Amino acid sequence: MATIIVDNKSYSVDERQNLLAACLGHGLNVPYFCWHPAMGSVGACRQCAVKQFKDDRDQSGRLVMSCMTPVTNGTRISIDDPEALAFRASVIEWLMVNHPHDCPVCDEGGECHLQDMTVMTRHVYRRSRFPKRTHRNQSLGPFIRHEMNRCIQCYRCVRFYRDYAGGRDLNVFGSHDALYFGREQDGTLENEFSGNLVEVCPTGVFTDKTFFRHYTRKWDLQSAQSICSHCSLGCNTTASERSGILRRITNRFNSQVNGYFLCDRGRFGYEYVNSDKRIKHVRVQLDQDRTKTAAPQEASEVLNIIGARLRAAHGIIGIGSPRASLEANVALRTLVGPQQFFLGINEHEHQLLSKVLSVLWTGPVPSASIHDAEQADAVLVLGADLLNEAPRLALALLQSIRQQPMERVDDLKIPRWDEAAVRNAVQNRRGPLFLAGSQRTWLHDHATDSYVAAPDDIARLGFAVAGSIGQGAPSVSDLRGEIRELTHRVAEALGNAQRPLIIAGTGSGSLATIEAAANVAWALHRRGKAPRLSFVLPECNSAGLGLLGGGRLQGAFDSISQGKADTVIVLENDLYRRAEETQVDAFFDAAHTVIVIDSLENRTTTKADVLLPAATAVESDGTFVSQEGRAQRFYQAFVPEREIKEGWRWLSDMARAASQETDVDRGVTTWRNYDDVVSATARAAPELAHIGKVAPSASFRLMGQKIPRQSDRCSGRTSLIAHLTVHEPAPPVDHDSPLAFTMEGYRGPVPSPLISQFWAPGWNSIQAVNTYQDEVGGPLRDEMPGVRLIEPDATMAPAWFTAIPHPFQPRSDQWLLLARPALFGSDELSNHSPAIVERMAQPFLSLHPSDGARLSLDDHSMIDLTLEGKTYSLAVHLDPFTPLGTTGLFLGPDVFRGQVPAWVNLFKAVTIVPRRRVA
Amino acid sequence: MLSETERRELEEAVKHYPDKRGAAIDALLTIQRRRGWISDDLLLDIAQFLEITAEDLDSVATFYNLIFRKPVGRHVAFMCDSISCWIKGCERVQEQIKNLYDVELGQTTSDGRLTLLPIACLGQCERAPAIMIDQDVHGDITPDTIEQIVEKYK
Amino acid sequence: MERPLTQHIHPDGTTRTLREYVKDGGYRCLQKLAAGLAPKDVQRLVTEAGLRGRGGGGFPTGTKWSFVPMGPDAPKPKYIVANGDEMEPGTFKDRVLMEGDSHGLIEGMILAGYALDAEVGYIFLRGEYHLSAQRLNQAIAEAYAEGYLGKTIPGTGFRFDLHLHSSAGRYICGEETALINALEGKRAVPRAKPPFPQTVGLWGQPTVVQNVETFYNLPHIVNHGAAWYHSLSHTQDGGTKIYGVSGRVIHPGWWELPLGTTAREILEEHAGGMANGVRFRGVLPGGISTAFLVEKHLDLPLDFSSLPPQVGRLGTGTMIVLDDHTCPVGFVLNLERFFARESCGWCTPCREGLPWVARILTSFEEGHASKDDLALLDMHTKWLAPGHTFCGLAPGAMAPLQSALQYFREDFEQHISRGRCPWSKKPAQLKVLV
Repeated sequence: MATIIVDNKSYSVDERQNLLAACLGHGLNVPYFCWHPAMGSVGACRQCAVKQFKDDRDQSGRLVMSCMTPVTNGTRISIDDPEALAFRASVIEWLMVNHPHDCPVCDEGGECHLQDMTVMTRHVYRRSRFPKRTHRNQSLGPFIRHEMNRCIQCYRCVRFYRDYAGGRDLNVFGSHDALYFGREQDGTLENEFSGNLVEVCPTGVFTDKTFFRHYTRKWDLQSAQSICSHCSLGCNTTASERSGILRRITNRFNSQVNGYFLCDRGRFGYEYVNSDKRIKHVRVQLDQDRTKTAAPQEASEVLNIIGARLRAAHGIIGIGSPRASLEANVALRTLVGPQQFFLGINEHEHQLLSKVLSVLWTGPVPSASIHDAEQADAVLVLGADLLNEAPRLALALLQSIRQQPMERVDDLKIPRWDEAAVRNAVQNRRGPLFLAGSQRTWLHDHATDSYVAAPDDIARLGFAVAGSIGQGAPSVSDLRGEIRELTHRVAEALGNAQRPLIIAGTGSGSLATIEAAANVAWALHRRGKAPRLSFVLPECNSAGLGLLGGGRLQGAFDSISQGKADTVIVLENDLYRRAEETQVDAFFDAAHTVIVIDSLENRTTTKADVLLPAATAVESDGTFVSQEGRAQRFYQAFVPEREIKEGWRWLSDMARAASQETDVDRGVTTWRNYDDVVSATARAAPELAHIGKVAPSASFRLMGQKIPRQSDRCSGRTSLIAHLTVHEPAPPVDHDSPLAFTMEGYRGPVPSPLISQFWAPGWNSIQAVNTYQDEVGGPLRDEMPGVRLIEPDATMAPAWFTAIPHPFQPRSDQWLLLARPALFGSDELSNHSPAIVERMAQPFLSLHPSDGARLSLDDHSMIDLTLEGKTYSLAVHLDPFTPLGTTGLFLGPDVFRGQVPAWVNLFKAVTIVPRRRVA
Repeated sequence: MLSETERRELEEAVKHYPDKRGAAIDALLTIQRRRGWISDDLLLDIAQFLEITAEDLDSVATFYNLIFRKPVGRHVAFMCDSISCWIKGCERVQEQIKNLYDVELGQTTSDGRLTLLPIACLGQCERAPAIMIDQDVHGDITPDTIEQIVEKYK
Repeated sequence: MERPLTQHIHPDGTTRTLREYVKDGGYRCLQKLAAGLAPKDVQRLVTEAGLRGRGGGGFPTGTKWSFVPMGPDAPKPKYIVANGDEMEPGTFKDRVLMEGDSHGLIEGMILAGYALDAEVGYIFLRGEYHLSAQRLNQAIAEAYAEGYLGKTIPGTGFRFDLHLHSSAGRYICGEETALINALEGKRAVPRAKPPFPQTVGLWGQPTVVQNVETFYNLPHIVNHGAAWYHSLSHTQDGGTKIYGVSGRVIHPGWWELPLGTTAREILEEHAGGMANGVRFRGVLPGGISTAFLVEKHLDLPLDFSSLPPQVGRLGTGTMIVLDDHTCPVGFVLNLERFFARESCGWCTPCREGLPWVARILTSFEEGHASKDDLALLDMHTKWLAPGHTFCGLAPGAMAPLQSALQYFREDFEQHISRGRCPWSKKPAQLKVLV
């Protein structure tokens, strides 16, 4: 720590920081543009000038850029020095020479960093009297709007997009005062993290196009913490609503998880909440014939009907869901009893998930947070397609490859925040990143080595690496020469690292890769390294569901078919994505009563005798457990339409309705609010015991007050429904959380999950996050980053996995069908968001070109692929990176997951669709 | 499409640098010498050759003064407008060129013969004002002699 | 008077051949290296000679070299770069040398490479210098053929490779770190210092960038020694300097003279005085990034140490003369337009401030400037100072403006009061009174 003197007051600061970060960390307002806590300093905007003095006798001092000035003990500066103040105001005046001052019509207005900085510097009057330059804007696809005239040339967009996120299709063109930030030509920004431009841009050049379609000023939004439900990583988001419409998702800083950035699926996939496929009313099918449409039913009546049905039932089973909250799953499990609770995932996935959890639970190696992944100094990925399955983790790996070159930077005494100097010193040097998988993405361009092969061969590589690291791990003897060399390179790099990270996942469908990853990590652990493991899971609460435990889906089917039960409750789960159509049809046909709780119409909801509208994650209080094993709380951003309720609430109500006369206390009947559900969840499984520590309970108050979800400038409360009534209705009462659906309440520091939006006086943009941190870029003050439910015991020494698969052998007439997950298309809920739909690829089947030749298929030709009676219309992609003998099926919205991996005779399954002749 | 000769020239340029990207400016100048200017298609071809994106290359191309991203005439006249030439009356010469050929700075004559561009000091200050047409430098030019000089370039 | 750099340059503009160069003692110092002159000896000689960078900054070459990591653990490769991006308006000395005596540069670079154990060199040449490019390319080919380049110097274990890079034109490439970015095939935006190129330069490796003229001095220092080199100069800085004069003088041109020659001697004796009918008002002593010198400064020796900082600095030593038939505001406008156009666009004060200054000066020339505009010009000369901007371009741009506002303020005020440029033949703009 060092002591610096700012305007004659002493402050204790970390000397690894620059002066700007040090000042901001102490709440001293120094304006800035080009610096970003995650992207370091480049000294371009000159906005953060302060006066530096040599010593206490130096009266004149000199202006320095605080972002480019290292902190040293005794550094003496002034922020309030008149010359520094005047210079900073001048910088704004220069920026205003060309900035259009169109704040009233700009989407950034009210949360614009440029506005904040302008006010902060006290610049008010622009003296330039010359015409402003104008630019043509580009059409950048469904996510981002472009308005170049507002640009203040801080270079943050290209620094984020290119340097941080690995994007190639955005750049700066021209020079002097004729600069253009955009693409070479109009077109969709292709990088998976393009949405962050909205937050990275300090003004309104890049704005959220989906938000634009139902725009609301930031101060009018009602917001709450949410957890992204579109993959298993559990990125923290802020969900914002006004008048019943979910308006947008923004990044929510969590130092351990997503930091400052989200992926595009997470940011733009939210519109399913506003979809016209939403189930808004209770529907009941009284007729036994389910082909007839179910009729809407009074909500009050339906519980009576359900109560009667449940009481009359001969056995009730419940099918849970990896996309429903932990609490909803617990409620169902409590209602039907643990023996009658089934996980609702397909057989294969069940097996993989159990394996992952047991590796984490029984082994000595802890799972990695995304923050850990960024810090890893060598990474091996086995079989997971991170860009498509867990994109935010891929972004973390792009940072991890800088860890090793940083040693050179440290040797040269370049501070790590000095981003431009770091890049010049690092050049093309990269730390080790080994990607082994069954397909190639642009992430491979950043890899030290990559290996594209069938899953069994990937697993063999993993086993071989573990064997090569030694410590008793079984080795693989019959490797080809080049693979043997690769194995040694990987083993050596991991062995030389201090914080190696091994990543695998369920996506490739290979149990062996998971076991191989475990062997590698365990071998490194025994060598005294501090390795971490990360397993990508299929859905947002897969880990939570796995920890809770329950029967296999086949068991549920058997219960009904064998007559052990006649009533089934399906919780937020489309079983047609989980099992074969015929099997699911038979299951529902055999069930006497089917009760479905869900938020969007799907094929399962059409089978419901009773359909109950479920709240989505942003309309619920609940907990998801991420693939790391981190339990994180999300809160209702708003109360959904009248009949829509959280899953756990429906189940609790159902239990009460059923128990009125039978007097059987199923536990769930006594639940009154969310805290009761959390307590029950903590008791449901030993692994969940600490679930109550994830966030403050509903009774939490500060100064006796609740914490408002609305800003204290929220406008129009009395006039929003003036066309209906002039009486202002009372705001909904929230019994379930310390939050309130109003503008009134406690304003001040709160535990991080309760922050509704990041805001501080003078800091209206997302940059206000600085004011919530003790050290800029570090954890939030009172951060509750979630609770890691699985912390392994480092002394454990489980037996090695020894089931090393045989080398993959292509077959003469069959191909191994593998999943090709897609960022846009493979996630059930985001597929209902129009912007995501626009980005979805045409469904395809990929083949190695020589396999294509064997099948007489041309690139881009259209085929029908028939699998188990279901036909998919696909385009052929001939791709040299598809391993020979395998074929990749695009995991589009209507593909049943259980169909991969599997051996398929493509000679039989494929029919070529003749091209329509051009008329 | 790049010709075989052009490819060979680029291969040669790349040899001088530890990575292909380093040859970006050499590559642009090399192709421009043959083609006159860098069209979008050529830009893409060169970028592919250097294994970078069009965005990467155009960001460089648009930064520099001597890379033409728009068509130019058969000959390009660079009129020095820096201080020594300005003192010695380059504006009068430029005026004369406008009278003779109906072309202003940044424009090309309607017959596509000549593009007139301003240029920073040509380092011919001891014989200012100066003009460079294609690769030939002419010093001590006057409104009276300029026609004779330009007429050499058909 | 000895003129080691230019005495053999042909007055007719043809180039010196390799044969001539060798006959007059060229490449002789390579034999000295072979005979046992160690790299550190070369470094010591250069330090003792007091050679200062000839690009305008005047940084002592020996000191610059001392930051380069040496020894077996030093990073490899290291690079030597000749800055031949001569784009400073009014400056043409490097062109004279490169066109007239290409081998001198090559020999100087080999020496620097040897002294610093740097095995690769680049000549960064401005794109418009086609004749220089042609002659350098030929000289490089000859030097390779003769084994001066690309072959181990006998007895030293050192070999040097040299490439010519033609720039695509940008004034900012003259800034050494921007030049490095340009050489890497990137946008020529300057880099923040530290780290200095001597430790983190081209492709992240130790790199020394020096002006072309500086390299030409090296063989002579090695051949004749530091004492001889000092004897060439009038002042404490060693050697000769190529001075030049352009503007309305009788004989515009260049001369190699002892460092520390006065402006008066150069203007009156060598350039023959002012042209008929015009009177001297001021002079930019070395390119357009230097402040005006006026009559009272003409007897100061022109070197890197004698000019008081508040008066100005030598710069490149190629002078531009302002006479009384030329409008000083128009003169400065021409300069500021140039600077605004050549700003790289990286930092705000330069990118936005310079075009604003140029527009204000235009309004002076067009006759609708006000007192407020004068205040705005003053503000820019205050704010666009070293350290406030990312590199030296904008502060350089302010040097002539600030000194013009100091020495020729009346002329600026007359533009306001008369509503027109007093030198313009156009009538005054009608002012609409509201």
